[in-house]
Amino acid sequence: MSWWQSALSAADLLGLFAHFLVLSLLAIGGAITTAPDMHRYVVAEHQWISDAQFIASIAIAQAAPGPNVLFVAVIGWNVAGPLGALATMAGTLLPSTALTLLVSRWGAQRRETRGVRAFTTGLTPLTIGLLVATGWLLARPYVTGGTHALGAIALVAGAIAGMLRTKLSPMWLVAVGALVGALGWV
Amino acid sequence: MSAAAGEGETAARPASAADLFFTFNRLALQGFGGVLAVAQRELVERKQWLSRAQFVEMLALSQVLPGPNVVNLALMLGDRFFGLRGAIAALGGMLLVPLFIVIALTAAYAEFSRLAVVAGALRGMGLVAAGLIIATAIRLMSTLGSNRLGPALAATFAGLTFVTIALLRWPLVWVVAGLGSVAVAVAWRRLR
Repeated sequence: MSWWQSALSAADLLGLFAHFLVLSLLAIGGAITTAPDMHRYVVAEHQWISDAQFIASIAIAQAAPGPNVLFVAVIGWNVAGPLGALATMAGTLLPSTALTLLVSRWGAQRRETRGVRAFTTGLTPLTIGLLVATGWLLARPYVTGGTHALGAIALVAGAIAGMLRTKLSPMWLVAVGALVGALGWV
Repeated sequence: MSAAAGEGETAARPASAADLFFTFNRLALQGFGGVLAVAQRELVERKQWLSRAQFVEMLALSQVLPGPNVVNLALMLGDRFFGLRGAIAALGGMLLVPLFIVIALTAAYAEFSRLAVVAGALRGMGLVAAGLIIATAIRLMSTLGSNRLGPALAATFAGLTFVTIALLRWPLVWVVAGLGSVAVAVAWRRLR
């Protein structure tokens, strides 16, 4: 298979696009909160990519410069090459972009109304639950089994502490992770 | 904290849509592990296109809206100065070059993933990514104390979200439509 050819049929590509289209509107608190559902769709349900490939997609996007939402393009690329990346990125960006432009023109001044406040108050706990779920999903294959489970747990805990207790840029924490991993400790 | 960076009108505005494109391109390329902190420094402190108050307000709105926060922020800022053209310029500046970089890294990874060192490094980076995301969640948990749902109920909603999504693997659309609607309805009742 050449790099530009898609591993998926047109119908599957459309399904991928449609799924990310829906997720775009459910991305409360950022695109990363929909990662568990992307995983459910492309790994668990369709088995287009492996657990390790999914996690590597997010790791690569976090390590590279630019907004973290690009992990969506990497997942699409790993599933079906350039067309896959196009499907997932367009699906993720189109609905939220249209909505953002509409709402910001409609007026930021309605931010303090009861409806908007009820929306944020009610959904904040869900956002937090989704973030923990995303972290769990990324760490699960390595912390619940494998030969280096203890090292993996220590690395996750170290990253949490480094982020909360120091002012280190996340970039350095990711670099430490790469080093520890390359040495075969996790 | 000078008065210029506080409330009210800002001193500067982007010269053109191209200015928006290159500014967002530069700030995106500086953003390893997320762009938000760099965006604040560039847009408020350096370029002074937004006052601090305007930045926070725009950020709050972009967080209420679905979709990636910094992308929403870029869209709103571009739209504010140059309409749709500005929004597209800011969005393109933010995404285009980083997209090529990340795809190049992905292609390289696919080529070298059979090497134990590369696979190990990615495994380590994935675990750190997990830690960074959980740390973000822990930081946000402090806001649950002042959540108008009450700390206990807010924590219950967060816990149920984790269980249904991470352990039971329910589709997100059910969880947001079901649990999310209940949470918003309760918040609505308590916010009078």
